[in-house]
This record gives sequence, structure tokens and C-alpha cells, in this order.
Amino acid sequence: MVFMRQHLIDPEVCIRCNTCEENCPIEGAIEHNDDNYVVNAALCEYCMNCIAPCPTGAINNWRNVRQPYSLEQQYLWDELPASIEWADTEGTTEALEEEANQILDVAHQGSGVVPAPATAARPQINLWSQGSPAKAIVAGNYRITEAGTESDVRHIILDFGSQSFPVLEGQSLGVIPPGVDDNGKPHAVRLYSISSPRDGERPNYNNLSLTVKRIAYGEHDETKKGLASNYMCDLQKGDEVEITGPFGSTFLMPNDAAAHIVMLCTGTGVAPFRAMTERRRRMGIVGSGKTMLFFGARSASELPYFGPLQKLSGELLDQELVYSRVGAGTKEYVQDRMLKRASDLAELLEDEDSHFFVCGLKGMETGVENSFKQICLEHNMDWDKIRTTLLAEGRYHIETY
Amino acid sequence: MSTENVRVEVDYNASIPNNVALAEDRRLLKALEEWHPQYLAWWGDMGPEGFNDKEVYLRTAVGVDPKGWAVFDHVKMPDYRWGILLAPKVEGRTIPFGKHKGEPVWQEVPAEYRSMLRRLIVIQGDTEPASVEQQRHLGATAPSLYDMRNLFQVNVEEGRHLWAMVYLLVKYFGKDGREEAKMMLQRRSGNEDSPRILGAFNEETPDWLSFFMFTYFTDRDGKMQLESLAQSGFDPLSLSCRFMLTEEAHHMFVGESGVMRVLERTCEAMNEAGITDPYDVEAIRKMGVIDLPTVQRKLNFHMSVTHDLFGSELSTNAASAFEAGLKGRFKEEKIDDDHQLYDDTYPVTQLLDGQLIDVEENAIAAINGRLLDDYIKDAKGGIGRWNKMIAKLGIQFELTAPHKAFNRDIGQFSDVCVTPQGDIVEQATFEANISSYLPTESDLNYINSLMKPCYEKGQYATWINPPKVGINQRPVDFEYVKLA
Ligand SMILES: Cc1cc2nc3c(=O)[nH]c(=O)nc-3n(C[C@H](O)[C@H](O)[C@H](O)COP(=O)(O)OP(=O)(O)OC[C@H]3O[C@@H](n4cnc5c(N)ncnc54)[C@H](O)[C@@H]3O)c2cc1C
Ligand code: SF4
Ligand code: SF4
Ligand SMILES: [Fe+2]
Ligand SMILES: [Fe+2]
Repeated sequence: MVFMRQHLIDPEVCIRCNTCEENCPIEGAIEHNDDNYVVNAALCEYCMNCIAPCPTGAINNWRNVRQPYSLEQQYLWDELPASIEWADTEGTTEALEEEANQILDVAHQGSGVVPAPATAARPQINLWSQGSPAKAIVAGNYRITEAGTESDVRHIILDFGSQSFPVLEGQSLGVIPPGVDDNGKPHAVRLYSISSPRDGERPNYNNLSLTVKRIAYGEHDETKKGLASNYMCDLQKGDEVEITGPFGSTFLMPNDAAAHIVMLCTGTGVAPFRAMTERRRRMGIVGSGKTMLFFGARSASELPYFGPLQKLSGELLDQELVYSRVGAGTKEYVQDRMLKRASDLAELLEDEDSHFFVCGLKGMETGVENSFKQICLEHNMDWDKIRTTLLAEGRYHIETY
Repeated sequence: MSTENVRVEVDYNASIPNNVALAEDRRLLKALEEWHPQYLAWWGDMGPEGFNDKEVYLRTAVGVDPKGWAVFDHVKMPDYRWGILLAPKVEGRTIPFGKHKGEPVWQEVPAEYRSMLRRLIVIQGDTEPASVEQQRHLGATAPSLYDMRNLFQVNVEEGRHLWAMVYLLVKYFGKDGREEAKMMLQRRSGNEDSPRILGAFNEETPDWLSFFMFTYFTDRDGKMQLESLAQSGFDPLSLSCRFMLTEEAHHMFVGESGVMRVLERTCEAMNEAGITDPYDVEAIRKMGVIDLPTVQRKLNFHMSVTHDLFGSELSTNAASAFEAGLKGRFKEEKIDDDHQLYDDTYPVTQLLDGQLIDVEENAIAAINGRLLDDYIKDAKGGIGRWNKMIAKLGIQFELTAPHKAFNRDIGQFSDVCVTPQGDIVEQATFEANISSYLPTESDLNYINSLMKPCYEKGQYATWINPPKVGINQRPVDFEYVKLA
């Protein structure tokens, strides 16, 4: 991790009222002495329970740090240290709502706070919030995995009518499932990557697409349905959905046509890459930048967008589709296929125009990183050093959930 | 209905927002619905003067859990959703102190303690509308829209605190309780015939420095009382006070940051003019800021008057309330003793042979003395932070808390003249020096001369700095009150 977003209390604003400590569910995450109230970076879980009750706003302070400030340091403060504007983290605020920010913090844990690619366009964030969400109308909802397979992944098109919802490839948006939870509170927001390019699912229409997988999970021997994903997958044309966002200001597509884009994903992790690929397709092949996709699924019939992907030329998209559940002996994961393309990837790792993006389930991170390491080892390159450079230059991005 | 029905979510569709399943208790609902219009009429008569039709950026609780309870919006004060909110119940809670220690908490009023409990609730409840009345003229001289908003937020929350106490009275004390609830709206701060119960709540809050001092020092008495009542073995009282404390923290903030911003403006103005002597009052006042010695005298006044609110240091009433398990000590749960105190002592400062000496007294008898000491320690924290800021701006001046025996009308020291430094002096000496202890007529006139409204968005009066951060992350030039 290059940076950490550290939660801090402003000693100049804080009135030492103990409200935060009272409300923090994590024993010891907030502590105090006669001088200051402080947050323990090792314990704070970013649950945000302390934010609203704090009467002064002192507790709503965040700093990008390479090394968290210790409790001892914080106890000595009379004021917050100036926020260090690491040249390379400027503009990394992903959302203006803490809830969405926190989700993205977790999604980006693998990389820490990294800057956007140098040539990415400037994103707009949080034009719509929980207090005043945009109201989108469902313009279409299509299953894009083969009927009868276990994976039900949907291509959902949302129309924003006259509401402004400008997006960039790589950004996500928030869905607030209707209704209330067991405590009578509104449901927590869920984030979904936008899978259409910036000019709309249909060019120059004010619409966009999402790629949503219906989630079911087992709990005490019974199967439960994921709340938001089932709500989304069951939407009918004409339904209204409350949307917040857009979110994300770092996991963004480089605009430069000479940039190489290497995309590594599983399942719905393909969503932002469909947006980037489609963006490049619509632009036409104008630069020297390569577009390369490693995409894992159980089988071709459960791979979202299998059909449309087949129609793309190799010149536009160098694609490696990988299946983990086809007959015996052929089980293969993204990380395995990376090794088969080792020399190409090694070349790209050394190229200053290359950008690497990882998206999908959290579980894929380790395998991908191990393969990069292995490839570097075989080619006498130092992965740790390359990784640090890539992160610092905004050329390596991880968004997993 | 018991407090088992207390929920986290608040029913805002009800005529009286609540999380106590009010709809299921028809008699209670009816009683409160009768009281409601009387309350609104009181608010109209005695609430903030002249601003009831303006939209104020207020915080309303939509739930009593951490995330639910701070929703901000522009609302007119009479439309504020005053309601009955109790903190979430703690399962299996037992009485934390006194002779019933360890027994399950009471959900109904124990008959033997009925009148004592009623008295505690009435006294606490009476302070709530009192401070609204004391502050009702301040809107007319607000130093900014931001400050005006903070004043009104404090006011509506004090109104809600009254609701909290009235709920307890009406629900648990039958006809007597309903009668007391009515009386809450009939007594008037400063009224000779039917004054508010406690002395300090009959003093007018004449200017904004007084308001900041009042919220810092006098509301802090409220905080200490709520903290001790939050320990109560009578569970509904405990749950009410626990939720009130979160609101009280906002009042502490208004006071501490208000005084801080006044001091900061003065020190900055002195620096800009090259004045280093804080006692060069004339030159400092010429700049339209409040000199530090005057602030010290205001501090002496408000803090000493508040000391009286704690009552006699040695008190049989407080002792009975503790023994009965009705009112505990500040942070009772963090104190490492047997919480019954039969064999414990506590040092109480007393006048002996012409000297102020700490005498070990029975700890139960000294409950009030201890709460006063805890209060003083808590209040000194903010004074220390004000001093840090003064020092940071390079001005040689230190504010100090007056000695607890200074200027007292109640308790151990009511018959003796003690300086703010804690020296016992002859009455004549005391009176000869009183102008350096307490605000003088001319101090008050000067402060009063500064009280001009500053209603422009983003503008602040000459004598106070803008805050460091706005409310709810809004900028400091946000339209906190829509006057147009
Ligand atoms: C930045 C970001 C982008 C995202 N983009 C997409 C996207 O493009 N498409 C998409 O479908 N989802 C995406 N997600 C995930 C999405 O936000 C939800 O988490 C997901 O839809 C589950 O929500 P739910 O309400 O249906 O499940 P919940 O009711 O929240 O239930 C979640 C339960 O299901 C389990 N669970 C959740 N997800 C999975 C999973 N994938 N596999 C197995 N178990 C799971 C959890 O362990 C949990 O117990 C993204 C998440 C993030 C943070
Ligand atoms: S964010 Fe949560 S865990 Fe962190 S300090 Fe606040 S309440 Fe505690
Ligand atoms: S709640 Fe806010 S003001 Fe109170 S102690 Fe915590 S950080 Fe300080
Ligand atoms: Fe109050
Ligand atoms: Fe108060």
C-alpha cells in the first residue's frame, strides 16, 4: 500500500466531549488523555458511527499518509499537521459521502490510495447523494449469461432523462434498495461499476448500463438472496431506481490513445472494462496503445458478454477468456493464463505507457500479484520496484469486492 | 407499556414523534396531546423572539443510533419535530450504585421514592424552558447567521429536553405529573411571582458573550446533572438523559467555540495594532473587540454563579438520592470503588478557623461536593484550550477559573468573602476590589454597545472571528438562516 487514508481528530476544534468514544463500537479505536482525543489507526474500522454525533465536526478529518501518525504523536498535537498534498494523490477523493468513500476504500485496499492515470479526464463525483438521489428509469434488462446456468448476470440500461449524470469509464454509481432494514433504517448503498462509455450506452442518449450479478449466498444451511442485486436483476422496463454518484476518481481510463490498457477481471469485474473497450471501439483504432483483456469465468456460457466479445477484432482487443469449470484437466484461472502470456506482459511491465487494472472478486488479487511476481522473476525484473512505480504514477489500479 | 417498546427508529408520522410506542398507550398519548398546544403557545410567547417564521438550518434526530440522529434541513422553528426520544435500552441493566446496587433497574417508579424522583425530574425539567426564555432576545443582535443558527439549535433542543422530562412526569406520575407539566409552562424566568426554580435561571442573558459563557459554564452544569441522572436506577430517566447528553454536547460546543472565537478576534486585533499590553483597555476597545480582562470578569461571574447550582457541598437530599439509587456520580461506571460508599470519605473544602481547608467527610454526604469538583475539572479543560490559543497568538495573558469559594450564595462559602484567587478577605476589601473581580456597569455597557446584528451571509461582527469549520461541513458563509 502506498498511502493510507488515516482518520484523525482536529485538536483545535474538538471540545473533548467524549461523544465519539461513547458511540464508537470498536473498543479502543478512540481514546483520550487529559489533552487530546485520538483515533487508533490500527483499530478504526471506518464504520463512521462517530461522525454524525460529533458536535463540532472535529472528528471528520482524513489524511493521506504513507505511515500512520502514532497515538503518541497525536497526543502531542495542538493542531492537525498540514495535509501533505502528495503530488501524486491530488484529487483522489472518490466520493463526498462517507458511506460511498468507505466502500471504495475497502475496494481499493489492494493498492491503497493511488492517483488516477495521468491522462484520465477529470471526473465529476457525487452530483447525486442519498439525500437527493437521481431517479433513473429502467430502459432495458437483459440476461447476458446463458439461460439455465447458475450465473444470472444482467445488462441493465438506465435512462436519466433530463438529470445530469456525467460518467467516465471506470466510475461506479450507488443504488439505494427501496424499503428499510430490520431497524427501520434505509438500506445501505451498494456500488455498481458503469459498463458503458462516457457518451452513453447508446451514443448521445442520457443513459448508461450496469452489469449486475444476482447474488445468493448460504447462511445456516439456507439460501439467502442478495438484497440489492436481486432488486436490480428483477427490475422491469419502466421501473424507477434511486441512484447516487457518480463515484470514483482514480480507477479511470487513460485518455491517451498511445496508452496500453491491460485489464484483468473475473465475473462482473468486466463491467468497467466493457466501458473502456467500448470507448476505444467508438473512437476507432487511432493510436499505438494496446488493449488487452484477461477475463475469467466458470464457462463460456456463464461469461458475461460472451457473444459480443466474439465479434471484436483482435486488433481492437487482445482477449484471453479463461474457464475454471470446463471438463476435467482444463481448469484454468486468470493468473494461469497470465503466465502463458509472460513475455508479452513482461514487455508491457517495462513500458511507461502501460496501465494495469484489476477488477472483480477480492479473491483474485493474490493470484494476479503472484503471477506478476513470477513473470518478473523469469525476466530478471524487480516486481516490488515496478509495482511501487506503477502505483505512484497511477498506472496500477485494483478495485475488488 | 414498558420501555421494552423503546425502539431505535423514530415514528415521525405520529403527531408527537417518538420511539416509545406512544400510539399504544392511549391515556398517555391523550395527556401529551393536550399538553402539546400549550407547549406551542408557550414557544410562541416565550421562545425566540421574531424569528419563528424564518427557515433555520437545524438538526433533527431521525433515530437514536449513531447514524440516525443528525439530519440537517432548513425548517421553521415551530415546525421542529419535538419528540420523545430515549436511548436504546441496555438489556439486563442493574442499579449501578446505592443501597439497591445490583438489583434490576426499575421500569416503574418505586413507591417509596416517588416524591424524591418527581422533585429531581421537575428541577431538571424547569431549567430547560428557563434558558430558552433567558435567551429569547438574542436573535435581534446575532453576530452572524451561523451564530443565530447555533442559538436556535440550542433553543429547540432545550425545548426537546423539556419534552423529555414532561414525558416522564406525565407517564409515571399521574395527576401530579400532569400538574407539574403544566407548571413548567407557567413559571417564567425572572418573573417575581412565579420564577424559575433555580437562581441562575432567572438571570437574563443580555448579550452574546453572556450567551457563550452561559452555554459553556451553565449548560455544563446541565451536562453534569444529566450525567448523574443517566446513572439512575429508574431506567426511563436514565435512557432519557443518555439521549439528551448527545444534544447537550452541541451546547458545550457553542459555548467553547464562541468564547474561543471572541478571544481569537481580540488577540488578532491586538497584534494587528501592535498592542502588547492586554490591560490597555481603552486602545483595545477602540478597535471594537472585547478586552481580555473583561472576558475574565465575565468568566468569574458565570462560573461562580454556576457553582451555586450544585447546591450545598454537604447535602442530605443528594445523599438520599444517591442511596436510593436515583442519582449517581459523574462517570459512576468508571469509578473504582464499591459504589455504596458507606465506609468512604471525600475531601470537602470548608471554612475552618478562618481558613479554607479540605476536610474528609462521609462520601455519601459529599455527593454534591464531588460533582462540583468534577464540574470544575471539566470546565478548566476548555479554559486551558482558550489559553493555548492566546499564547499561540503571542499575547501575555492567562484566563483562570475563579476559586470555588468566590462569589457564592449557596453552600459552605455563602458567608465569607473570597477573592477569585482563593484568598479570604474582609468584606470591605472585597467590595473595594469588586470591579476587578466581576463585570462592571461600564464593562456591560461596552459589550452591549457591540451588540449589533450582522445578518449578511458570510459576514461576522467585528468582535468575533468566523468559525474554523461550518455546521455539517457547510462553508462558513452558508445561509444558516434564511431571513428573506
Ligand atoms: C466499487 C464496486 C463496484 C462494484 N461493481 C459491481 C458490478 O459492476 N456488478 C455487480 O454485480 N456487483 C458489483 N459490486 C458489488 C455490489 O456492490 C454488491 O456488493 C453486490 O451486488 C451484493 O449486494 P446485495 O445487496 O445483492 O447483497 P447483500 O444483501 O449485501 O448480501 C451480501 C452477502 O452476499 C455475499 N456476497 C456479496 N457479493 C458476493 C459475491 N459476489 N459472491 C458471493 N457472495 C457475495 C456477502 O458475503 C454477503 O454475505 C461492486 C462493488 C463495489 C465495491
Ligand atoms: S469510524 Fe467507527 S471505528 Fe473508526 S473511530 Fe469512528 S466509530 Fe470508531
Ligand atoms: S465527539 Fe467530536 S468534539 Fe467530542 S470528543 Fe469526539 S472529536 Fe472531540
Ligand atoms: Fe438541556
Ligand atoms: Fe443545554
